[in-house]
Amino acid sequence: MSLHTLTVAELAAGLRARRFSSLDLTLHFLGRIERLAPQLNAFVTVTADRALADARAADEQLARGEGGPLTGVPIAHKDIFCTDGILTTCASKMLSNFVAPYDATVVERWRAAGTVLLGKTNMDEFAMGSSNETSFYGPVRNPWDPLRVPGGSSGGSAAAVSACLAPAASGTDTGGSIRQPAALTSLTGLKPTYGRVSRYGMIAFASSLDQGGVLTRSAEDAALLLKLMAGFDRRDSTSVDVPVPDYVAELVRPLAGLRVGVIREFFDKGLEPGVGTLVQDAIEALRLQGATVREVSLPALPLSVPTYYVVAPAECSSNLSRFDGVRFGHRCESPRDLLDLYKRSRGEGFGDEVKRRIMTGTYVLSAGYYDAYYLKAQKVRQLIAADFERAFRDVDVVIGPTAPTPAFELGAKTSDPITMYLNDIYTIGANLAGLPAISIPCGFVNEGGRDLPVGMQLVGPHFSESRLLSVSHQYQRITEWHRRVPPGYA
Amino acid sequence: MSLTRAQVEAIAHLARLEITEAQMPVYVDSLSRIIDFVEHLSAADTSGVEPMAHPLSDQVQRLRVDEVTEADQHEKYQQNAPAVAAGLYLVPKVIE
Repeated sequence: MSLHTLTVAELAAGLRARRFSSLDLTLHFLGRIERLAPQLNAFVTVTADRALADARAADEQLARGEGGPLTGVPIAHKDIFCTDGILTTCASKMLSNFVAPYDATVVERWRAAGTVLLGKTNMDEFAMGSSNETSFYGPVRNPWDPLRVPGGSSGGSAAAVSACLAPAASGTDTGGSIRQPAALTSLTGLKPTYGRVSRYGMIAFASSLDQGGVLTRSAEDAALLLKLMAGFDRRDSTSVDVPVPDYVAELVRPLAGLRVGVIREFFDKGLEPGVGTLVQDAIEALRLQGATVREVSLPALPLSVPTYYVVAPAECSSNLSRFDGVRFGHRCESPRDLLDLYKRSRGEGFGDEVKRRIMTGTYVLSAGYYDAYYLKAQKVRQLIAADFERAFRDVDVVIGPTAPTPAFELGAKTSDPITMYLNDIYTIGANLAGLPAISIPCGFVNEGGRDLPVGMQLVGPHFSESRLLSVSHQYQRITEWHRRVPPGYA
Repeated sequence: MSLTRAQVEAIAHLARLEITEAQMPVYVDSLSRIIDFVEHLSAADTSGVEPMAHPLSDQVQRLRVDEVTEADQHEKYQQNAPAVAAGLYLVPKVIE
């Protein structure tokens, strides 16, 4: 039995039954990280000492018959989550020296459940990117093909879990940053409802869109981990005070009676045919298990990318104004005056894509342009949300591909920002409407002699995570796609 | 080009970003392309549509009692600061 291919649920059961210790498990994963993480560039920081201390404490608790649901299970956090006393960089030069002075709520809650922190994963700088190529620490490679990207912005988390360097990892999703990398690396990736998971200590990109979530090997693991990270937090002013259901207990709900809507606009000319076929096959599998399938139309959805590229940069330009070279983060050498300090610290500390988005946001919010761009985008956003709402009168979930293509090659889309932005064409709508969405593996296409993963996306009404997870779990009971491990990482 | 070099320089100034001479044409080009791209929104009919204020329509901003809930940890927080003296953040002289 190889420990690293087991799910979180299996590892937790094995630890409770004392089949292996947390220390053995943690050493096993740290060994794999040491051997395999550098070729993928999946981690910014490996917290080996902390992990070993966490594991020893977990073993003592388990020996006494104590501990939480995940006591002794190793995990990794995206380097956007603040971790007390540990470097938290957001993959930016700006924060390359930033030691967080407190834990994010997500970090605190997973820690309280007994998890062991293996390290902080690489990502696109400030979560701005769809390929993990904007990181100050260099691009992450896809374990399924090292010449291809793992997706982004949670690319390090995706690569780490996919390559079995960690059983699960946190991610954040502002426009697809959990779901698209999950699809490109054959993982389950869940973005919860806006406000479901606290944003406290999660470094802000676009506050009305950002949502924390998980990348896992199975829907069951996503249910386990979401249950532990979700819930009201007074320290996040947009955290929603709605009870957290028992996502794990609800996984058993059968597919019979499920009403599925297939999103017409997602099977458009931009979709690679091989990807579309696999998603259609998966929908047919749901139908054979008793789901009813119909087509739904979301006519405003094609406007989601331009809407996003007004709203997200606007919010980012405001959020990132806190990086001023005064209180934390990078400061330039010998500033002439305060203006020079601001401009050079920010000019040097931020990478190209981050600067591009700050400037886009500054422009669309500036006097004379606010109504034409920002207000207009917030109105179109309302149309997109209304489209979903209308669809959910007739169906329980809507389904389509997660990404238009499988993983693309490094450098293939870096020259034109618009080409890169269009990767998120199927994922952005859920963020704009604040809806929960999940990507699950539904097959592979062969390109250049390599099998590349394809993901299917399910979107549901607000707070329908239980349903998304149970549908995904039932699909994973009849398929094996999510059990496949990239060649060389088994 | 939908944006001129002068416009991009003005935006960079507002955003407090130094852009090098070599990079400026790259930003003029890419920002112009982004603005052209988001222009697609102008074709959408949004008459009578209220702009979205929050993704969950029934949410309101919470209020709390105005009392101190944070402990003073300025020494810990200032360990990340580039320059500090006597508990104060240091910046270049602002007033001559």
